[in-house]
Amino acid sequence: MALSASNLKAGDSYKEVVVEDLTRTQLVMYAGTSGDYNPLHTDDLYSREAAGYPGVFAHGMLSMGLTGKMLTNYVGDGRLAKFGVRFTNQVWPGDTLTAEATVAEIREEGGEQFVDLTLETKNQDGKTVITGTATARIDP
Amino acid sequence: MSDEIKMPVEATHIMMFARSIGDDNPIYHDEEYAKNSDVGHIIAPPTFPRAVSQFDPDYHLRPKNGVKWFGSGKNPTGLDGPAPSSGGLHAEQHFEYHRQLRPGDQLTVTTKVGKTWEKESKRAGKLKFLERIQEYRDQNGDLVVTSRAVSVTTERPVDQG
Repeated sequence: MALSASNLKAGDSYKEVVVEDLTRTQLVMYAGTSGDYNPLHTDDLYSREAAGYPGVFAHGMLSMGLTGKMLTNYVGDGRLAKFGVRFTNQVWPGDTLTAEATVAEIREEGGEQFVDLTLETKNQDGKTVITGTATARIDP
Repeated sequence: MSDEIKMPVEATHIMMFARSIGDDNPIYHDEEYAKNSDVGHIIAPPTFPRAVSQFDPDYHLRPKNGVKWFGSGKNPTGLDGPAPSSGGLHAEQHFEYHRQLRPGDQLTVTTKVGKTWEKESKRAGKLKFLERIQEYRDQNGDLVVTSRAVSVTTERPVDQG
């Protein structure tokens, strides 16, 4: 179900837990479908002993994909015009992420209604892992 | 990275991609549901365009037969000498959608290198940023998605403190 300009205002927000206790298996699944087989994300031995990280960590695009799930649940299917993020901190196995969208502005453009959103995804410690913005077409 | 990549959009790939981001939304896998929805057909999740890597014959983060891979086998890395750079981390990703991708689309993806810049950081030393712009055109030549990605190469692993 899509959002409607008539019952939406700046400051409204929506959030959901997009992953609980992120597993290494999920990282393997994401590598397989995205085609990004960087061993930093799937190969603990490489990540620790060759690359110098505490272990494997999530693809940025997995964090964005999880954030996108919240976003499409909020604005409805097929409504996005823009979706952009910055990756501000790494996401690790065991993390629980909560993604939130906040209405910045509702506006009309070319006879269509749009909502501009700001996005933030945080881990269980309240650390921000993603900030971003999105624009979606909404009903009048 | 190849200059021009052919990317067929397939229903099974969309289904598996949605699973890999933990998204059960039936619009990504259930044809009957999708047919009766506002959209009217299966679509791809918003971050799906980056799966273009699967279709890039030169993609550097996919092992190739007969070429040593930098991930672990007997040893932590399959290469001799110091650990190679993996080509950097993803710093930013921006999509613009002109329409939603759907199964059956035959995309042609062109890549242009954009700006580059540097920054000093406490957590990872000197950061080198590189912007890449990808345009996804469909079987009719219409622009359907524009992607702007910023990657960052760090001087050392990112400090977790």
